[in-house]
Amino acid sequence: MTPNTEESAIIRIFHVHKRFGKKNALTDITLDVEQNDLLLVSGPSGAGKSTLLKLLYLGEALTEGQILIDGMNLSRIAANRIPVVRRQFGIIFQDYKLIQTKTVYENIALVLEVKGEKTRFIQKKVSSVLRTVGMEERINSFPPSLSGGEQQRIAVARAVVGDPKIILADEPTGSLDSESASVIMDLLMGVHARGATVIIATHDKEIIRDTKGKVIYLKDGLMMEPPMIEPLIEKKKTITL
Amino acid sequence: MKTEWLIFFTKRAFQDMNSNRFLHIVTIITISLSILIVSAFGLFFTNINDIMVSWKKGVKIMAYLNKDVEKIQLPELKQKILSLYGVSAVRFIPKEDALEELKQQMKRQMALFENLKENPLPDVFEIQMIPSTQNWGKVEILAAQVEMFPQVAGVEYGQRWLGRVTGIFNLFKFAGTAMCLVFFMASVFIVANTIRLLFFSRREEFEIMRLVGATDGFIKAPFYIEGILQGILGGVTGILILFVIYVIITSNVDPGISSGFFVMRFLPISISMGIVCCSMFAGWLGCYLSLKQFLKY
Ligand SMILES: Nc1ncnc2c1ncn2[C@@H]1O[C@H](COP(=O)(O)OP(=O)(O)O)[C@@H](O)[C@H]1O
Ligand SMILES: [Mg+2]
Repeated sequence: MTPNTEESAIIRIFHVHKRFGKKNALTDITLDVEQNDLLLVSGPSGAGKSTLLKLLYLGEALTEGQILIDGMNLSRIAANRIPVVRRQFGIIFQDYKLIQTKTVYENIALVLEVKGEKTRFIQKKVSSVLRTVGMEERINSFPPSLSGGEQQRIAVARAVVGDPKIILADEPTGSLDSESASVIMDLLMGVHARGATVIIATHDKEIIRDTKGKVIYLKDGLMMEPPMIEPLIEKKKTITL
Repeated sequence: MKTEWLIFFTKRAFQDMNSNRFLHIVTIITISLSILIVSAFGLFFTNINDIMVSWKKGVKIMAYLNKDVEKIQLPELKQKILSLYGVSAVRFIPKEDALEELKQQMKRQMALFENLKENPLPDVFEIQMIPSTQNWGKVEILAAQVEMFPQVAGVEYGQRWLGRVTGIFNLFKFAGTAMCLVFFMASVFIVANTIRLLFFSRREEFEIMRLVGATDGFIKAPFYIEGILQGILGGVTGILILFVIYVIITSNVDPGISSGFFVMRFLPISISMGIVCCSMFAGWLGCYLSLKQFLKY
């Protein structure tokens, strides 16, 4: 039984299992993501959100089931084609994964360099994307000299600079104050508005509440109905307390 | 497209080398010392070989004929000697000429020859060998063959000691080649180690590069260029150092001594280039060996 490739879904996840030794990190996940969807993967920490994203960009190999990305079956991808698959994505990692010894410019330019783009094009593209995230003045800074929120903006810039069809964001607001978090979310919404398919893994209930998009809920590796999200008033109450 | 990549990776390689200057300089110096030793051997052998060749050119077999050999027999004997393997020319020196020559050489001792009633010298065939067959074993075999002719009283091939020197020389050559191999392997190891260190210290960076879609080739290419550059720079430096030493030595040696029997010369360009190529290959190989364990695709 294989998923039908004729349909329009850009990502098809079909009865996917992921085990780490005896630990079931994901159990029987089936899910279609359409072009230009905005998907929120929610759930408590340890639920398997990051693992799901890793399976998509081949950071981990799935144990069972099938995943199709734009018609490519990830289980049948030859090792030397893995970079090609990864270039379909713009990825924002939970821990940013910026190269500490390279400048902001070099970090972002890398995405275009691996594709063999011309230097002049790269320079134009990088400065324009830095303007979008409001970091054009830090173009020659090194990541360790930036705050967490600034690094996250650079990570977003790197994820979108190659105009990928799909953005994967793993806890993009995880360790940020609410102001930085909303800047990041606005940036992601902007990319989505321009046509990208965006998948955000987050355990932040505020974001889930405030973002319009499909939501899936994971718990212990199982996909289930999301629990009722507490009404806004309740949160306000905790603040006034 | 290809040349664009090459330019891109070369730039990368230079940036990387610049940011790890110290490590690269140490590596290059170490390689250049290996190359210096190897090429010093090469220089020594080139010149010794020149000497040996010029000595060997002078190797002639003199076949002294019995007194009772009739003149009529001579052309046939000459023909027989000529047909032996390795003989290029045979010259007959009648005993009269030999005596004349001797008298010329010993003008001062003319008195010795005055009461000579009879020519004490024998007739001689002077046998010249084809240069390419002049290895020492062949000279000995040929001499033995010539000696077998009944008309030949005895043979002489001058510098007998040359045989022994040749033997020693060959032994040295063998030892030298073995040493070159050892130094080649040392260079490979040094480069492999440098690349391994660099790679290890930057593995996080490479992991990130792979996550954003870099192929292994993209990550490896600058390393190969660095390895090859280290090889070339180390090789060229080693040979340059040797050249400087050579110039200092030759300009301090009394030219009378050296130009007397041979002219000392530096390594021929072809050999120098060969050494640099080997060094470059060592750089490449070192890279290959250390990278193949890290990256799989
Ligand atoms: N490389 C790994 N080896 C072993 N267990 C892992 C590995 N990665 C994740 N896990 C386990 O899989 C489960 C899901 O992890 P993860 O996907 O990171 O959760 P989330 O991102 O939702 O917090 C966790 O129990 C975690 O311990
Ligand atoms: Mg996670």
